[in-house]
Amino acid sequence: MQKGANNSYFGNIWEGITSSWQGLKLSFKHIWEARQRRTPIGITDPDYFKQETGIVTLTYPYESLPVPDNGRYRLHNEMEDCIVCDKCAEICPVSCIDIEAVKSTEEIRKTSDGHSVRLYAARFDIDMAKCCFCGLCTTVCPTECLTMTKTYDFSEFDIRDMIYHFSDLSPEQAVEKRQNYETLQTAKQQAKASTTNVQPTEEKTAEQTSTTPATAKPVMKKPAIKPVTKPVITDPTPSISEETPYVTEVTPEISQTIQEAAPQDTKAEETDQSEQAPAKPVMKKPVIKPMIKKKTDE
Amino acid sequence: MIAFLFFLVFLLVYMVFAVYAERKLSAFIQDRLGPTEIGPYGMFQTLADLVKLLQKEDIVPVKADKWVFLAAPAVIFTAIFAGFAVMPLTPTLQGSGAVVGVFYLLTIVSIDIVGLLAAGWSSNNKYSLLGAMRSVAQIVSYEIPVGLSVLCVVVLCQTLDLQEICYQQGIYIRTLPVYSESTNYLFGIKRLGIDMTEVGGFLTWNVIRMPLFFIVYIIFFIATLAEANRAPFDIPEAESELVGGFHTEYSGFRWALLFLAEYGMMLLVSFLGAVLFFGGWNTLFPNIGPVRLADWTSGMPGTIYGNITGAFWIILKAFIGVFIQMWVRWTYPRLRVDQLMHLCWKVLTPLSLLLLFISALWKLL
Repeated sequence: MQKGANNSYFGNIWEGITSSWQGLKLSFKHIWEARQRRTPIGITDPDYFKQETGIVTLTYPYESLPVPDNGRYRLHNEMEDCIVCDKCAEICPVSCIDIEAVKSTEEIRKTSDGHSVRLYAARFDIDMAKCCFCGLCTTVCPTECLTMTKTYDFSEFDIRDMIYHFSDLSPEQAVEKRQNYETLQTAKQQAKASTTNVQPTEEKTAEQTSTTPATAKPVMKKPAIKPVTKPVITDPTPSISEETPYVTEVTPEISQTIQEAAPQDTKAEETDQSEQAPAKPVMKKPVIKPMIKKKTDE
Repeated sequence: MIAFLFFLVFLLVYMVFAVYAERKLSAFIQDRLGPTEIGPYGMFQTLADLVKLLQKEDIVPVKADKWVFLAAPAVIFTAIFAGFAVMPLTPTLQGSGAVVGVFYLLTIVSIDIVGLLAAGWSSNNKYSLLGAMRSVAQIVSYEIPVGLSVLCVVVLCQTLDLQEICYQQGIYIRTLPVYSESTNYLFGIKRLGIDMTEVGGFLTWNVIRMPLFFIVYIIFFIATLAEANRAPFDIPEAESELVGGFHTEYSGFRWALLFLAEYGMMLLVSFLGAVLFFGGWNTLFPNIGPVRLADWTSGMPGTIYGNITGAFWIILKAFIGVFIQMWVRWTYPRLRVDQLMHLCWKVLTPLSLLLLFISALWKLL
């Protein structure tokens, strides 16, 4: 019978009775069908659409739908094959990959597809809390060492545990490798023995030796560098706005120079934040913030 | 005393498993699993919830009328628990063999309203007050169809004693001195001349003694559903609009007591329905010639076997009633206030009046 077809007193009662009975029958059908339940089979299974009745819930931690092999979830970097090219960090739209490369004195090894590895990764951190799972990093990776895995359940109690460290060097090793490279460089330059070149090399070595402990505590770096940059940039505002295009595609080197050139009025804020999270990608943010501020001022 | 202790323990155990059953049933209706973690099949979920509730702070709002607020849950629970006093559990076990059992039951359950109103009003919360007022309006209205449908049975049975009503509906009718000369006829019609006294079973239940009682039972069921504040008549609680209705401000143990009262009320009306319409503690199976199913499945009153089977049958019937209440709850949406009143005053009340008239005539047949 059509709804409201007989809008009289008894018609309404009759419709109420019949529709109520229909409702009871429907819910009883579900109770009856609750004897069956869905099994955790994937969409690739031909029986996926067969189970149309019964309980649909899966008791998740105990059973879960299988993820296809091309599932794009947690990132994994196969360090053996990584040439530390920094492409993944550059392409990442949310800057969740943080790489610090250290040059090697000789070829370290060959990757499985024949690339030669000449850089150590002093730091190769991926912040999965920031990751937007776009997969661009895996696309640009030349050696296909950076891949997305099927693991999707990796929640943590502490947000800092969401940062995955892939570097195969310990901080001490990284310092050692860097010193090796620097001694080699200075040896080379001394061999050249050019007096005109002494001034810049000294500056460079000074800069690099000062950044050496920076892996552990970046706070240390600042007082050493600031006096260097200060005389160069007399008026900070225009020079920073010149640098803004570089800021958008952040490379570790540029970001470092920006940190050096950071205006002094945000000094307190910066040191605060860098103290909270030393050697973390969080460092980049306070750098970029003042830049945007300056822009709006103009 | 045995009945008192039995019902007190029984009610607590029943409540724990009724909440579990309700959660499972609602889950199954909605194609879910329900509780699965605690105990086998999640059976101890309610126990865990109860332990949590008992640990909670007993909060009394600053602006609440403190003593009324504190006493109200006790009033509600006591009223409902007192209702069990006249419930015949077995042919011989009954808390109080009051001659005016039905009358007492309807009266004592009405005190429930006082508790609800006290709880809602003393909370000093607009939602609670709205819930309490709705509750009173609803329960007072639905007292009438309940009273009339119970009256239909009373007219036919000619007694207010629930134990006597039970005896009338089974093979042991003649063991009661009052009815030693009585005979049960099929459909209660003497002129058909089919003697059902020795057959018993479902054939002597009130729904068969007077076939129209099935409709009366539906009226009774709907009206008691409203009395118990159960969905679809749960506008006094109405979680989605009134937070929790009259019990919004309650927490911890007092809230658990209100919950216990709600589930107790469900059980009480299911018991009453079983006694009035479905033979009380009488067996379902009739004696068919030499196959004495009724004799086998229900012992003589006073014997141990008679007590066990009697309790079994009445509890089974009450649980089926509770099951239907849960089934109904998870099927229908809540009624609007005007729909609620329409159903009560324009549909159920006239219909039950008509059925009362027919029941009175039926007795003359």
